[in-house]
Amino acid sequence: MRIALFVTCVNDTLFPRTGQAVVRLLERLGHEVVFPAGQTCCGQMHYNTGYRRDAQRLAVRFVETFADHDVVLAPSGSCAAMVRDNYPRLAPAGSRLGRAAAEVAPRVLDLSELLVDVLGVTDVGAYFPHRVAYHPTCHGMRLLGLGDRPLRLLRAVRGLELVELPDAEECCGFGGTFAVKNPAVSAAMGWDKARNAAATGAEVLCAVDNSCLMHIGGVLRRQRSGMRVMHLAEILASTEKEAVR
Amino acid sequence: MSRTFLGMPPFPKAAEAAVADAQLRHNLHRATRTIRRTRGRAVAEVDDWEALRAAGAAIKDRTLRHLDRYLEQLEEAVTAAGGHVHWAVDAAEANAVVTELVRATGHREVVKVKSMATQEIGLNEALAEAGITAYETDLAELIVQLAEDRPSHILVPAIHRNRAEIREIFLRAMADWGRPAPADLTDDPRALAEAARRHLRERFLTAKVAVSGANFAVAETGTLVVLESEGNGRMCLTLPETLISVVGIEKLVPTWRDLEVFLRLLPRSSTGERMNPYTSMWTGVAPGDGPREFHLVLLDNGRTDVLADAVGRQTLRCIRCSACLNVCPVYERAGGHAYGSVYPGPIGAILTPQLRGTASEADAALPYASSLCGACFEVCPVAIDIPEVLVHLRERVVEQGGRPGERALLAAASWTLGDERRLAWAQRAAGAVRSLVPRRLPLGPAAAWTDTRDLPEIPAEPFRDWWARREKEDGR
Repeated sequence: MRIALFVTCVNDTLFPRTGQAVVRLLERLGHEVVFPAGQTCCGQMHYNTGYRRDAQRLAVRFVETFADHDVVLAPSGSCAAMVRDNYPRLAPAGSRLGRAAAEVAPRVLDLSELLVDVLGVTDVGAYFPHRVAYHPTCHGMRLLGLGDRPLRLLRAVRGLELVELPDAEECCGFGGTFAVKNPAVSAAMGWDKARNAAATGAEVLCAVDNSCLMHIGGVLRRQRSGMRVMHLAEILASTEKEAVR
Repeated sequence: MSRTFLGMPPFPKAAEAAVADAQLRHNLHRATRTIRRTRGRAVAEVDDWEALRAAGAAIKDRTLRHLDRYLEQLEEAVTAAGGHVHWAVDAAEANAVVTELVRATGHREVVKVKSMATQEIGLNEALAEAGITAYETDLAELIVQLAEDRPSHILVPAIHRNRAEIREIFLRAMADWGRPAPADLTDDPRALAEAARRHLRERFLTAKVAVSGANFAVAETGTLVVLESEGNGRMCLTLPETLISVVGIEKLVPTWRDLEVFLRLLPRSSTGERMNPYTSMWTGVAPGDGPREFHLVLLDNGRTDVLADAVGRQTLRCIRCSACLNVCPVYERAGGHAYGSVYPGPIGAILTPQLRGTASEADAALPYASSLCGACFEVCPVAIDIPEVLVHLRERVVEQGGRPGERALLAAASWTLGDERRLAWAQRAAGAVRSLVPRRLPLGPAAAWTDTRDLPEIPAEPFRDWWARREKEDGR
């Protein structure tokens, strides 16, 4: 299958490893990945902060860039949710953006949806011999309704020991600009999340959203906790062949 | 008298202090977790919960669409049943009406049923100015009143207090208001409840005037409905000679059949109970039974403005169950006082700025007091999409000018992200200075981040450059 990658601005700029992992994983599974060069950002930060017009401009750009692609992968739960859940709200009724968004939005998928629902795989042939806790990020869980798809993918990874994260469904406190507009509450939530993660004894905290992981990972690093954060794509891209090379 | 919220610092600042209050954090963590679990169990028992929730939302929406008609129907029915209906456009008018009604009875003391509407308009303070003392009779409201504190939760106004603190408050202040607490009072919940019961019983037996709100008003019969857990409300609703109820105009339901839906939704959502312990219903006055005089004050106080807003109007579906507070991670850490309003938590963050406007710094900060995690929407029994309304109100704040610094930063981000060449340029510029970025930054949003969290390392090569290089190497 030919899959268009919307890498997202955060992954593009700060976490290219996640984008590279997605490419490696999908090519390994025999699919073709294309990267439409005109892509930038879905507009989530502007939309969520109240800058509607800026968000609309970025949304127009997104739907134009991905208009001709049948399947669009956004390796970020909240960016996929922005397109699917908020673009219809963002577009004035009957507008061109509204019609284009209605066309494109349903084709935008998170990685776990693409793998499980469209490609029909849960065992992607990955090897990752580590203890992993999974944090279901809010927009992936509540807006996309990912359910146990990421967990099914992780359970099929050879060598991986999946441990349960206490209070997993509680927000980590990132929340986009919330993290800097309400730093005290954001940090309190982040440190509680990090404490719960550390209590599992896991080496790796995994999620489908690098913006949340940037926040939790920032706390873990500040604490010198010895625990690291990883996007689901990076775990699924890991193979035994690479490990023993 | 309970203190008002006037002069409270904006949410981020108030929350910063609250987050540092270990006792508060501990009390809220315990209390919200317990009530969250109880609610979860009570809701899971109902097979058709989602259908019930949709019905609740639909009934409220239909009622709000024809609110004018139902209000007149209610007025007619209440009047026909021997009650008197008063209309109050704002807090000042409502307070004046109630003050005048109490004055006319010749009494200077009133007992109160727990009521959010009277908190919203600051009725106790207004009555005090007129020399009338209002006695709160809900246990938690009593605690707040005795402590000269402010409520911090819609359903459990003293949720920020633990039982040791409550014992100290009773010992310190009960004597100033009436029957003192026994000197050997312990912090056993039963002992605390008994002390409150004896203290309040004297009030109930002497009070001639009661003030209440209402959870629902049934338009077809003019019946008012109050749900409570203690029976103290029922004492107030039945013993005094005069009853004055201050009710927001959005509390209407058209018929008894509609009421049934909410009597199932509310207890499970609020206290996690299958059925409410005390449900009092009254229609006007009945000779020889209950109050001889009944006044209904219908309160607008900004509600028609909320109704006029296509996105915001869903806020008026709210039945004040508090499920959104109990599940909110921000509320759990910041506490109710930080919201600077009698309506705290997620519902307060959307209701207060709609009722009071977003002109003040404090009110403009409220729509941002959320990480938009969506837990509130998930539990709301009338399906208010709180994150949607929060974002809508943020747009309103931005339209009226927002914060200049933030505006400039987001405009710069918008320009950079508006074109892939500009984004690529910015990425390379960041990559060039990647080793120079200090671990902690001194100012603004950067400092707000690095005070508590490390920054991610800026990669040497952004994804798009890696992709382009790969394409070239592959000779594609």
